[in-house]
Amino acid sequence: MINTFFYTLGQGVKNVFRNKWFTMASLATISACLFVFGIFVAVVFNVNHIVKTVEEGVSVTVYFNEDVEQERIDQIRELVTRRPEVYRCDFISADEAWAEFSKKLGENAEGFIENPLEGSENLQIYLNDVSKQGELVGYLETVEGIRKINKSELTANTLTGVKAVVTYVSVGMIGLLLAVSIFLISNTVTIGISVRKEEINIMKYVGATDFFVRAPFVFEGIIIGLIGSAIPVVVLYYLYNAAFAFLQSNFAFLNDFISYVPASDVFIYLAPASLLIGVGIGFFGSFFTVRKHLHV
Amino acid sequence: MAEQEKEKKKKSRKGGKDDSKYVIYLEGVNKAYSDANGVPALMDINLKIKRGEFVFIVGDSGSGKSTLIKLLLRELTADSGKVVVNDQDLTKMKHAQVAKFRRTLGVVFQDFRLLKDRNVYDNVAFAQRIVLKSEKEIRKNVPNMLSMVGLAGKYKAKPKQLSGGEQQRVALARALVNKPTILLADEPTGNLDPRNTNDIMKLLEKVNENGTTVVVVTHNRDIVNTMQKRVITLKQGVILSDEEKGAYIDD
Ligand SMILES: Nc1ncnc2c1ncn2[C@@H]1O[C@H](COP(=O)(O)OP(=O)(O)OP(=O)(O)O)[C@@H](O)[C@H]1O
Ligand SMILES: [Mg+2]
Repeated sequence: MINTFFYTLGQGVKNVFRNKWFTMASLATISACLFVFGIFVAVVFNVNHIVKTVEEGVSVTVYFNEDVEQERIDQIRELVTRRPEVYRCDFISADEAWAEFSKKLGENAEGFIENPLEGSENLQIYLNDVSKQGELVGYLETVEGIRKINKSELTANTLTGVKAVVTYVSVGMIGLLLAVSIFLISNTVTIGISVRKEEINIMKYVGATDFFVRAPFVFEGIIIGLIGSAIPVVVLYYLYNAAFAFLQSNFAFLNDFISYVPASDVFIYLAPASLLIGVGIGFFGSFFTVRKHLHV
Repeated sequence: MAEQEKEKKKKSRKGGKDDSKYVIYLEGVNKAYSDANGVPALMDINLKIKRGEFVFIVGDSGSGKSTLIKLLLRELTADSGKVVVNDQDLTKMKHAQVAKFRRTLGVVFQDFRLLKDRNVYDNVAFAQRIVLKSEKEIRKNVPNMLSMVGLAGKYKAKPKQLSGGEQQRVALARALVNKPTILLADEPTGNLDPRNTNDIMKLLEKVNENGTTVVVVTHNRDIVNTMQKRVITLKQGVILSDEEKGAYIDD
């Protein structure tokens, strides 16, 4: 049994070199598909990251009636924090608000002795999802003790739009990629089969079991899948780092608004996903291709 | 009672008492290809071949010779009737048992069917590896077989570096290396010149003398007429004649 395993494994490795043309064609197909997949994943990761960053910065600010006690403010903060769409809720005292503001004013702030922003204590509310901003504001308007609600409707609406587009494009691209790769791979397998058909036939006539016929082909498929997915992952890793460095140095002015996802954060998901897809394609591709020819 | 039933079943699976001395036993076999508009390829075939026989199967093109061989190989299954080969009832055989069964047969074809990317040695060794022989045995058996067919010196050659006659010898060595009880040959000399044809036929005769049952499909009238073996003639799917020391029958 151990002998059979090593023999079939050896045959699988030999097959890779025996049918050079088929190996090259399959490798190219799998690599190309996973390369496009990788680029797409990298772009989606970064777009999502940027959207998320901007989203986290969007807040709703709530000011209170002058006669409101600190106790009531704490109560309101408690209520707001408990709402599902709220990600974080910070209390900013009048002194903190002034400190923040005077930083912006710089020297111009020196003339003030008393805090001119007395009564400007507020709650800064950050959302999980900016599309829920309207909902939250609707709720806040019903809360006793609130004087004023500041919100940025334009930013919220734009972000909501961007997110919708990213979602649609993601789903569309994944569908398209899947269709194209299945088409390409089934074509490659079909071309490769003319050579295989004869070999499988001969094996069956000599009395080989299904397992014995299938195992070398499946090993071969797995090997091709592994190499075919490793190539684009390695190439993409270097490309990604190069693009990362290029964007940071040549578009430095963007660095204040936009940060990119570091390569390691993308590839920790992309590399195993690609390998899994590659090996899966190799395994199932050869498994089902051979199956069609086993009943001889 | 139950014991008797069991015994009966066992017998019927193995083909029963009457046919156990035959290595090939066909009874009322019919076969029609599904895409042939119901025109049968074989009709009511009854055929018994004993261990150690040498049998020619002849007939016009399309008379059903290859179909018969495929039934014996269990590449096809009969629509009705009984096909028993080497005590195995092929009509009842499951797919998983076919591989083991085929190891009791050797088969050669007109087009040799060698693995083009492997040399002579590996083409023959291939059959031994499939039955899980150790490399030590393989290194002993393969050269023996190759010298039996007269190709000892060419073990390193690839099929395309060999003549048709030599390729057929490789195929024959591969078919015989696992010591089958039956050798099936479907037009083994169809692509060969008269000299190579004679050599291959001599080899088949030698194999037969060593105890293997040999069934040869051929169109070669001279060979059939000079070798004086049993000849079964098919015509449009039925057995036209079956004669000991027979001759090639013309229309
Ligand atoms: N795969 C198939 N599908 C449908 N019909 C078939 C198939 N194979 C053979 N036939 C038909 O079955 C009949 C018998 O064919 P078979 O191949 O057994 O003939 P044969 O005696 O071997 O002929 P030849 O001497 O030309 O090899 C023929 O009419 C043929 O057309
Ligand atoms: Mg034929």
